[in-house]
Amino acid sequence: MTGGGFIELDRVEKVFDVRKKTGFLRWERRQVRAVDSLSFSVARGEMVGYIGPNGAGKSTTIKMLTGILTPSGGRLRVAGIDPSRERTRLAHRIGVVFGQRTTLWWDLPLIDSYKLMHRMYRIPDARYRSNLEQCVELLQLDALLDVPVRQLSLGQRMRGDIAAALLHDPEVLYLDEPTIGLDVISKARVREFLRELNTERGTTVLLTTHDLQDIEQLCSRVMVIDHGRLMYDGPLAGLHEAGESERTLVVDLERELPPIDAPAPARVVRVEGPRQWLAFPAAQSAAPLVARIAAEYPLVDLSVREPDIEAVIARMYADRATA
Amino acid sequence: MAEGLRAYGLIVAMWIRSTMAYRASFVMTTVGNFAATSLDFVAILLMFSRVEALGGYALPEIAFLYGLSSVAFGLADLAIGSMDRLGRRVRDGTLDTLLVRPAPVLAQVAADRFGLRRLGRVTQGALVLGYALTTVDIDWTPLKVLLMPVMLLSGAVIFCAVFVGGAAFQFVAQDASEVQNAFTYGGTTLLQYPPTVFGKELVRGVTFVLPLAFVNWLPASYVLGRPYPLDLPTWVAFSPPLVAVGCCALAGMAWRAGLKSYRSTGS
Repeated sequence: MTGGGFIELDRVEKVFDVRKKTGFLRWERRQVRAVDSLSFSVARGEMVGYIGPNGAGKSTTIKMLTGILTPSGGRLRVAGIDPSRERTRLAHRIGVVFGQRTTLWWDLPLIDSYKLMHRMYRIPDARYRSNLEQCVELLQLDALLDVPVRQLSLGQRMRGDIAAALLHDPEVLYLDEPTIGLDVISKARVREFLRELNTERGTTVLLTTHDLQDIEQLCSRVMVIDHGRLMYDGPLAGLHEAGESERTLVVDLERELPPIDAPAPARVVRVEGPRQWLAFPAAQSAAPLVARIAAEYPLVDLSVREPDIEAVIARMYADRATA
Repeated sequence: MAEGLRAYGLIVAMWIRSTMAYRASFVMTTVGNFAATSLDFVAILLMFSRVEALGGYALPEIAFLYGLSSVAFGLADLAIGSMDRLGRRVRDGTLDTLLVRPAPVLAQVAADRFGLRRLGRVTQGALVLGYALTTVDIDWTPLKVLLMPVMLLSGAVIFCAVFVGGAAFQFVAQDASEVQNAFTYGGTTLLQYPPTVFGKELVRGVTFVLPLAFVNWLPASYVLGRPYPLDLPTWVAFSPPLVAVGCCALAGMAWRAGLKSYRSTGS
């Protein structure tokens, strides 16, 4: 865990003192370990999904990475900078988007917020213009620049916030729930943009989300955190194996039939009229199973459903809890 | 410091533009601010319809104290008066969005929700001070003339320090904005009356503990040629700038401690 990574965490801890009222003027002090000996490294240009249930320590980690919170222990570096000690120096090199807290100026046209970023970050004029142009084009903000932020829809505002976080050319972008509350089209647009940002500019992206489609569509690497500890760190596919997840084959037959006699470990899990659902291991190819059914049954249509990562993670937690 | 002032200026400019997005509302709130703060002086006028003097001070002298206190406080209130909202920012987590910016947090919080409507109070105080200066009987010397702007400026800085100190306290107690108001708005109301109407303990408190007496009571006593409260020596009338610097140092330390505690505990 030394050198190499753009973001480096080595046994980072964060302990909070929580005071709980137990009676009139009586308080009980309790220590909560929000982040517990967390170590990982993210290389420049990676796009990483950071997931876990509420209160798992995701936000605390992001706050330490941005210099908002000071770690209680361990070593943490972003671009070689200790975030808590050199918060303002780091600020020039990172971009942060808090999904539920806009940094845009409510009563002013969108462009005014960008002008403030221009001056506050001391972005060279040419740089600012070209970055703004690029963001406006890719995020389709053209018609919105002169609209007061309060009149923007949630999706438009989120796009506006993302642009605001990128005008100073950050090397790393942290996104906290970037697609929360957005409609399908807005989500797609945001994801498309992030993908381009990552491939074109090589910006390192770390995003926390509850929307697992974000991860599926964007991140080659996933980190799962729970109770302040890293539970999983690796490719998305591996997460399925770790959770022993299953894919589902949905077949539509010509008519109602008794459950299909499938070769184990595949099995019918649900029958509804002529439609049947078969579960089979995610790691296994669907082809032999499909071929077999097509040969023996009057098949009209079929589709394969990928496993729900949420379920996978839930199962993973359950495994760890009983282990 | 320069970086902080620059950020403060940038953010204040944004708030002024936001305010100007609703011009009619701005005019109304400014007039409202003027009217509401004027009521304090109306109350004093009402008292003087019954009595000749208050604590041995005639109306022009009281107006002098009132004007000095209102202008000094009004300037501080205008500059950083919205700092009492810090507790709310801590509670709802929006303080974090300021901590990821490349500018001192104090400057950003000080400029937050900059309210140009607060010019109402400054204007009102200046008018009363103007009235006092034309009616009060002062034996002007160059030193007294010089003391006037020094007094107003030092007073504003002392009140600013109280705002910052109060905001620092809100890192720990997030719903303490009312406590802070007791010292800021309460403090200026106190200073609108002569020290002679208050008990000695209270006067001691605002001289040695929370040094609001240096905003107007002590320097104004010199200008008016009045005996000093607590029989303090003459030179203390010229100490407000030093007191202001001391207050800023203390408030700065409190702010650092508050921010440090926030960054180690979060919200």
